[in-house]
Formats: sequence, C-alpha cells, structure tokens
Amino acid sequence: MSEMKFQSTETAWCPGCGNFDILQTLVGVLNDLAFAPEEVLLVGGIGQAAKLNQYVNANGFSGLHGRSLPAAVAAKMVNQNLKVIVNSGDGDSYGEGGNHFLHNIRRNVDIAHFVHDNQIYGLTKGQTSPTSDPCSDTNAGACNLNKPFQPLLVALAAGATFVARSFSGNKEHMARMMKAAILHKGYALVDILQPCVSFNKVNTFAYYREHTYELEAEYDPTDIKAAVLRSMEFGAKIPIGILYQAQAPTFHQRRPEIFDETPMIDKHPAPDKLEALLRQYA
Amino acid sequence: MFNLCIGGPAGYGIETMAGIFEKILQRDGFYVFSMRDFMSRIRGGHNFAQVRFGTEPLAAHIDLLDILIAFDLTTYEQHKARLKPDGLLLADPELALTDARLLPVPLKQLAKEAGNPRTLGVVCIGAMMKALGMPLATAEAVLADTLNPKLLDSNLNAVRLGYANGTPKFTLAQGGAKNQLLLTGAEAMAMGALAGGMQFYSAYPMSPATSLLTFFSTHAAEFQLVVEQAEDEIAAINMALGAAYAGATAMTGTSGGGFSLMVEALGFAGIAELPVVIADVQRPGPATGLPTRTEQSDLLFMCFASQGEFPRMVIVVKDHADAFYQTARAVQLSRKYQIPVLLLSDQYLADSAATIAPLDVRKAGSSVQPLPGQAEAQGAYQRYAITPSGISPMRTPGRSQAVVRVDSDEHTEAGTITEEARVRVQMVDKRARKLDGLAAELIEPTYSGAEHPEVLLVGFGSTTGAITEAVSRLNLQGHAVGALAFGDVYPLPTKRLEQYWKQAKAVYSIEQNATAQLAKLIRMETGLRCTDSILKYDGRQMSVDEIVTGLHALGVGKGR
Repeated sequence: MSEMKFQSTETAWCPGCGNFDILQTLVGVLNDLAFAPEEVLLVGGIGQAAKLNQYVNANGFSGLHGRSLPAAVAAKMVNQNLKVIVNSGDGDSYGEGGNHFLHNIRRNVDIAHFVHDNQIYGLTKGQTSPTSDPCSDTNAGACNLNKPFQPLLVALAAGATFVARSFSGNKEHMARMMKAAILHKGYALVDILQPCVSFNKVNTFAYYREHTYELEAEYDPTDIKAAVLRSMEFGAKIPIGILYQAQAPTFHQRRPEIFDETPMIDKHPAPDKLEALLRQYA
Repeated sequence: MFNLCIGGPAGYGIETMAGIFEKILQRDGFYVFSMRDFMSRIRGGHNFAQVRFGTEPLAAHIDLLDILIAFDLTTYEQHKARLKPDGLLLADPELALTDARLLPVPLKQLAKEAGNPRTLGVVCIGAMMKALGMPLATAEAVLADTLNPKLLDSNLNAVRLGYANGTPKFTLAQGGAKNQLLLTGAEAMAMGALAGGMQFYSAYPMSPATSLLTFFSTHAAEFQLVVEQAEDEIAAINMALGAAYAGATAMTGTSGGGFSLMVEALGFAGIAELPVVIADVQRPGPATGLPTRTEQSDLLFMCFASQGEFPRMVIVVKDHADAFYQTARAVQLSRKYQIPVLLLSDQYLADSAATIAPLDVRKAGSSVQPLPGQAEAQGAYQRYAITPSGISPMRTPGRSQAVVRVDSDEHTEAGTITEEARVRVQMVDKRARKLDGLAAELIEPTYSGAEHPEVLLVGFGSTTGAITEAVSRLNLQGHAVGALAFGDVYPLPTKRLEQYWKQAKAVYSIEQNATAQLAKLIRMETGLRCTDSILKYDGRQMSVDEIVTGLHALGVGKGR
C-alpha cells in the first residue's frame, strides 16, 4: 500500500455506530486508490452520516439537508478532475432529497453516492425513515405504516448504471463496493446497511449479519431483470453486492459541444465574443 | 412620437409581428420602447403589444394611441377609448366595425392571396408602412433577414399587398437614431451576466424568468457555459452553490414562487459564504398569482428572506442598459464579497424591448474594484480565516495542496462544525463586517427633475422610465418636482435621499405593489415617512399618464 494520505479525526458519533466502519473503510479505499486529498471532494447533507466529510482530510462540502446531490453533481460538472463522493443518510438521500435522487440518476454525472441506510432517523432521535421496516407485531420503535421505499428498485427504474448494496459490518465487502463505485463512470449508488445502535433495536448488527448474503459468483450484474428481482429482496434474505452495472454515456460525454479536457472553471470567453453577439442586436 | 397597439387572441403571431415592426423602426433610425401584455395561455384570450417610437429616446409606455390594430372585437372594445380622435384604426372589414377612424383592410383575404393565411400580421405591417409614409424596402429587408427562406416569398407578397391596400395618413419626422441596439430586458440581463463572467446557470422554468434559461441554453456552446435545467428550484440554487464552491461563477434565476423554494439555500450561501447571483423576475403573487403579469411586490421578501442573519445585497434593475450593467456588477460583487446578491427585475422590463446606446462589455466586466491583495494567514489554509474585512481568502478545491471545507452549520475557521459560543460570535461578526465594504460600493439613486423640488417622488426598478417622464411633463407645466430612482435597495443608500428629502414639502413613493414596500424600507432604514404613495397592483405596469393622474389626485400640479 502506498503512503497513507487520508486520515480520519475524532467524530461526534455514538460509540458502536456503524458509521465508524464506513469511515474507516472509505479512508482505506481512498488510500488504496492513491488519490491526493485535494482532488477528492466529499459531499454531505445533514444527519449523522452526512457528517462523515467532517472527519476526513479531503475537500468537504456540508450542505443542506437533502440537497447534497445537486451540489455534488454541479461541482463535478464544472471541474471533472474532482473525485466527488457523497455520503448521506437514508432520510437525507431518499426522504428530503427524494426528487434529487430520482433526477440525478437520470443525469448520470460521474459521482459515487454512499447512502448510510440505518432505516431510521438518528440525529433527530428515532423517527421513521423512508426505508424503515413495515410495522408488524414484532416491531419495536420506528416502523413504516406506509410502504417502505425500495431505493435500489427505484434507482434501476430511473436508469442507474451502478446499483449496489453492502453492509457496514462486512468491511472487506464494503471496500470492494466503494472502490467499484468510485471507479465506475457515471452515477454509482451504494446503499450501505448500517445499524443505529441508539435507536434501531430491530435492524442491528446481528440482524444484518443474519439476513444479508453475498450475490453468488455466477450472478450476472449486466442482467437488469435479475437486478430488479434482487432489488426487491429485502426481508428474510437481503442480497449484497453489485446488483447492476452497465456503461452509458455520462453527463459530460453527452455534451461534447460543451465539455472537453479543460474544466469549465478554466474557461473564460474573451470579451470580443460578447461584443460580436451584441452587434447582432444592432 | 407615435404610439401603436396591436391586439388579438393568442396564436395570432402578435409577438412576432411586433418584433418585426420594432426591427423596421430601429433600422429606419427611430427610438423604440415596446411592451407586451400577454395572458397565461397558448391560444385565445386577449394579448397585445404596444410599440412607442419617435425621434427621442424612450423608456416607458403611455396610454394615448395613434394607431390601433385590432384582430378581433375584444381588442377594439378594450382599447378604442385610448385611440386619439384623429388616430388610425386598422381592422379587417369582416369585423364590421363602425368607427370614423377605421381603415378597413381585408387582412385575411390578402394573406390568403399572398399564399399563406398566417401572414396576417405582415399584411398589417405593409398597411402601416403606407399609413406612416415609411419605405417598403426596409420592411422587405427586415423580413429577408429574419424569416426562414421557405416562408420568405409569401411574407414578401403579404407586406407588398398590405402596402398596396393601405392609405397614407401620417407624416413622420426623419429618424436620426444611430447604432442603437434593440433588445429585451431579459436579453440585456443575460448578456450582462456574461459580461460579468458567469460560467454556470441552473434554473427551473418559470414565467417570466424562463427567457433567461432559454437565452443561456441557446448560447451555452458559444460561451462555454454549463446550463442545467434543474428538477426544481431547490436543486437549481443548490447546484449553483456547488458550482460556486468548486470555482465557477454561478447564477440562478426564477420568479417569486421559485425563489420561495430557494430561501433555505439563500441562508446557506450566507453562512457558507458562497458567491451566487439569484435573479428574481417578479410577477404578481402570492402563490401562482398572475403568471404572465408584472409587479414589484417581492422587494421586502428579497431583503429579509431566510432565517438567521447574514450580509446580502439586493439590486433592482431599472431599464435595459441598467439590466446589462447591474447584472455584470451583481456577478462581480457576489464574487468579491462571497455573498448572495439578489437581482430583481420584473415581467414588464424582462419582456419589453427598447433601443439603447451600445453597451460596453469591458466596462461592465470591470465595474467592481477587485479586493486589494490580502496577505494570507500563516499556517494551514483555513476557508473561514478571520480577517478585518470579513472576507476570507477563497481557494478552488484541487488547485493547491490545501483542502477547502464549507459548512451550513456554524463552523470554525477551518470549516468544521462548532457550537462554541466564542467562535459563533466571531463568525457572525466576521460575516457582518462585509457590510462595511459593501457600504462603500453602494450606488445612490439617480435624481431627475427640479434642482430644488417641492415635491419629491421615490421609486425603484422598472418604473424609473415612467416616473422620470412624468416628472419632466409636470416640470414643463411649471411645477417643481423631482424623483429619486433606486437601483441598489438593500443595503439602502441614504445620502441623496436625506439630501433631497429636506427640501421637499411632500414625498410620494410610486410603486407597483399594494403595501408601499419601498416607503416601508425607507422608513425602517432612515425613520423618514413618505407623505403618501401611488400604488398599482393589478398586474399591469403604470404608464406615464397614470403617474401624472395619480399625482393630480394627490393635489400635485392641480389647477396650474
């Protein structure tokens, strides 16, 4: 392994929180990929997961609740040399930011989106999240009277080209998913199951360890129909791995008349261009 | 000076016809001011364009008409009272109007003869050219320059047929305007943004601000812009902020409803010190209000929107040239002070077209003095380093070894979350210090009228042209009236206001809203209380005549 350029600092998370594993794994992945801290941009909204960028020595953008994706894709639009990674929770990504989730998949800007999905609101202390389990006799605490949101199914329906799920208790798997997502050309979603030790007494480490299974070696991630079926599997058994991956032109590639090697922030058209345009109004 | 109104149902090509006629006037050396009054529908209803032209520069519309072109009965009924007794009414005999001013021209029949029933408006143009004694050749040349070659022949036939069936009526003075540009307020604003260095524009379509998005999209490749139609206005402004953080000069635009959705992010720009220009092309609210009409009722909302306290600047554009220069200035001010700058226009100005003197791109692009070079603090780079000016050095992520951290939470100098009381106060104070620098940048309102006014008018933005003309009309009648027209409104420049206020016996605010928002702002910032206000909030812009009449009603210039 090359020089360890990325480090994490002290955090404000609860002892035992799944976020620690995600943070450590991400730092490891960034070091493995040998990026420079100044070329990495970590974007978050608001929530416990969204704080992740506060604890890494990289560029950090802590935006508004639910609004991490618009800011992240725009940063990438104007400077494609930044490696843009969004870390935010299920409430931020699928609830408050639902519209941005839907439409940024369609944009296919080349960013990675890691959703720390603990199926509950942590920072606001235990309310139901879009992905909370349905209410039943066995449920304690927050549960969904509404139908739970199925992020991977929605992502597939919106045309995502990289759809994966992992579990924070399986660091080796999580590292593989993160690396593949970062290297994928286009929008890449990794829904990371993560226990909330303070408020979610149902979906615990033990629960996820018992229910998750890795996709079989012969699983074909280019088969969208298979991916759709697996994306709906969430209960007794929860598949983890790359459910779907395909190549499609990215936001930048679809606009060759605008984007080239030079980042947009370095383009400053000369004043004569505007002077020529104004002459058309004479 | 001539004043002409063309009216009919949506779908009759009134917009196109007015556009072609304006170009003909420009080419023949006339000054033009042309406004649009359109309903929020694709077909039917009643729409009109009003074109005023003459040998002096124009910046407002008036009520009295010399020519009325009526494509339907509604147009005739709505506007006949405004047509002068010796004016010209042009209509198809099919409408069976009985009016002494009528010049019947079989528009439909002639358009059919020309080979294209959709050339109705161009037949009218031909008849007008004849009535005004203008050369047909200019009309032919403008048509050749503007139209799709496939449509040209039928349109040339149409303009000639209209000309042949017209009757000479007026004698025009020779137009002497040279090198004038003819553009809309929206075009002026968009090109001002380009002059100021805008690189990124994100917006969600909303009348009457959509023309900005359309303009930027059309010219994106040419000017190497990122232009993105967002999924909603919340995304639009958060995109602009992400782009600004990454080093782009960013802007977004909307109308009041969209701005309402942007408000949380406005505060984010404030606390995170991200430069952004937010254009609000106002329409009457609240909620959906009157989508295609005009109002100045977002003023106080713009000044005070968002929870919390942070420096911002609000600039209202007054006319077409001002829209160009102020938008360029807004872009530069946002970058210099790392603040949100709110730029207000309205439907009236955005959609109206005027001839103006050539615009100076280089002057507009350097209208704000850059910051004096600042020695950066020793040690590791800190995005929010405490400085005397309140402005911290801004670096572009990826362009130095330093990492750049921004945060919507209250933060330390390094940009990480803090709840420390001392740091909180330091940061609020640091941001507020930017207002000291801004105070020195403020542009005082323009003054026009009597040197020592007995009556002082105050207004802002797009009513400036009409107020100025009303003042000179009253002063020609021997009154001593003056007017201050505000462009910068928040922070409010007060020097010139206090200077003229002392001299005047009465001060009236002239506003396109129902609650005298400018008068309130003035009172709030200076303690000065306007005597009264002339307010209009029916969605239609006040004319010069309405201001004069309004002042008469208040006892100004009566009986002299």
